[in-house]
Amino acid sequence: MAEMWINMGPQHPMTHGLWNLRIKVDGETITDAEPEVGYLHRGIEKLCEGKTYTQIIPLADRLCYGSSMTWSHLYCLTVEDLMGVEVPERAEYIRVAAIEMQRIASHLMWLAAYAVDLGAMVGFIYTMRDREVFIDLLQALTGSRLTYNYPRIGGVAHDVPPDFERDSLRACDYMEKKLVEYEDLFDGSKIFMMRNVGVGKLRKEDAMNLGVTGPPLRASGVNYDLRKDMSYSVYPELDFQACTLPDGDCYARYRVRMDEMYESCKIVRQAIQKMPKGKWRIVAPRNAPSGTGLGRVEDPRGEGMMYVVGDGTDKPYRLKIRSPIFVTVSAAKKMLVGYKVADVVAIMGGLDMCIGEADR
Amino acid sequence: MNLFTFSYGIIHWLVDLINHLWYWLGDVLPWQFGDFFDAVGEFAASDGHITVMAILVEVLIIVIIALVNVLNFIWIDRKFMGRMFDFYGPYYVGYRIGGWLQNLADGIKLFVKEIITPAKADKLGFLLGPIIFVGSSFLALSTIPLGRDFGISTNASGAGVPGSALIAFAFFAIAPFSILICGWSSNNKYTLIGGLRSAAQMMSYEIPMLLTVASVFLMAGSFNFMEIVDAQHDVWFAIPLFLGFVIFLICLVAEVEIQPFDLPEAEAELVEGWTTEYCGMRFGLFMMTSYLRGYIGGALATALFLGGWHGPALIPDPIWFLIKAYIVFVIIEWMRWSVPRVRVDQLLNIGWKRLMPLAMLNLLIAASLKTLGWF
Repeated sequence: MAEMWINMGPQHPMTHGLWNLRIKVDGETITDAEPEVGYLHRGIEKLCEGKTYTQIIPLADRLCYGSSMTWSHLYCLTVEDLMGVEVPERAEYIRVAAIEMQRIASHLMWLAAYAVDLGAMVGFIYTMRDREVFIDLLQALTGSRLTYNYPRIGGVAHDVPPDFERDSLRACDYMEKKLVEYEDLFDGSKIFMMRNVGVGKLRKEDAMNLGVTGPPLRASGVNYDLRKDMSYSVYPELDFQACTLPDGDCYARYRVRMDEMYESCKIVRQAIQKMPKGKWRIVAPRNAPSGTGLGRVEDPRGEGMMYVVGDGTDKPYRLKIRSPIFVTVSAAKKMLVGYKVADVVAIMGGLDMCIGEADR
Repeated sequence: MNLFTFSYGIIHWLVDLINHLWYWLGDVLPWQFGDFFDAVGEFAASDGHITVMAILVEVLIIVIIALVNVLNFIWIDRKFMGRMFDFYGPYYVGYRIGGWLQNLADGIKLFVKEIITPAKADKLGFLLGPIIFVGSSFLALSTIPLGRDFGISTNASGAGVPGSALIAFAFFAIAPFSILICGWSSNNKYTLIGGLRSAAQMMSYEIPMLLTVASVFLMAGSFNFMEIVDAQHDVWFAIPLFLGFVIFLICLVAEVEIQPFDLPEAEAELVEGWTTEYCGMRFGLFMMTSYLRGYIGGALATALFLGGWHGPALIPDPIWFLIKAYIVFVIIEWMRWSVPRVRVDQLLNIGWKRLMPLAMLNLLIAASLKTLGWF
């Protein structure tokens, strides 16, 4: 068969959102790949310039509905940096607990989507089922199930609900048990290993040169975790590890995320136990001073960064968002060439795509 | 009145009904259409119409067996999948019988959907593909007897049709050809890859499968389902030929294209592969036929390895046969919902490099057992 271009395009079930991956195949082997982003143009950065600082929070958490808490937290961090606001310690701990729960929920959603990409239906159902535990907790905390409009500039919207501490600890225990079950289900499956080990190799140098961050970078053997390397919030006071593996294949990416879920359970537990009593919010000024603010966080998908320019009014002059997936997608060609059509879903699914945050 | 007399009663009633309809048509239609039906009337008055009746009744029986089994299979599949996935499965439509009518409702939904042919498709191939796919599967079904006197391939003496097992596999193996036609004529890159994958898959799985089946033929000394099943009266072939049974099950999964080996219609990578461009009842026929092929696979495994309709005499033969076929189907479904899909090159590796030598070994075992005179 001659070479032909195939659109793994906007209609394809592998593309978790609206984007297009054009691959050139010779028979079933991929000889070229070309990711195209831009089908979901939302103009969120421009939108932000017309809204007040508080009104942007519900826009920020719609950037990625898989990890909305992280994004609104990132926005608040950025604006706090601009305004020079100190956040009460209790709010920091509540934020960290919520973010790590969000990270577990996000990774579980990734695992579910990944299982479906590989055809393992039971993995999809089980992970989505256990994601509900954390969604319920976050619902109790914030009042909504998907886009959590919870962090505020200078703290969080309100205090934790009653029994939140107890339920969180229980959820962590439950999750650690279930993670062992997933390891049985996935690592114990010969077919899963056949589909993952040695597939979609991303070399350490390529990953660093292309600016890949998050689990794909750590799976390529680079120990780079913003929670450790540029510690924000109360992460320095918590005991956890950045999970790194040297292989750089799909299995390593899967493994890094599994290990991160264990670590996140540890972080949630510590954050809940160390949470001090006190205020959870201070009143932030309405107008920001002229100047710039920068926030960087470790999103479940990589490094999220926001840069805000204030001009003394109650609206930002400019807001720039650096999203991890937009950069990670550009590594597609490095990972895909030489593998089969069936590996496209494993490789691109293994990146944890979220097009909402990438496409602006 | 036991089940046999009951079912024979139904069959006789159907024969009478069709006979009467035939004669009624012979009376009424010539009044309208005259000459053409004179010839038909003569034919009906001759002995030929008895054969026609027999064929019609047999077709009717096949269709009934197929449809009832498919409805059962879809229902079992959904219920079993529901239990595996921690939910109930269908229970709303026909809640008194466990949601069994949901399948009929889905069928009606598919019937009222529009049938679309892509503008640049090869129209003839696009139409012929489903026909060959469905027809060959029904033909394969027609060769499998459910019991000693229960099935199309039995005859009056109860000896069965010579070579019925061979015929069954011949019909069963036509489907990948029709899949290739569908995939090519749809004029879509996904369907094309799906069709070609189907051809590659057939190549690598038919051979080990037929080698294990050959071991069964060797043990039974016959190509006839009747004699194969009778040879298993004392011990099922699944016990001495356990290796062959396992190989047969694996090949069966590849043959009927379900989960770990459903590469031609891989929904994650090829967007349902060769069925992408089909919609409405054509897609419904594909779904129905894939379940029907699941049933045929279970029935073949039952007849060849699990002693067919043999079992304690408490329940009649066909029921034994169906129970065994359903158990095989449930095992396949269990695999289907729990494991991921393999890649196409891995599939070919498994077929050629693992199953092929094992099938040879199995054939050697069968030949040794036969030579030693144990069977």
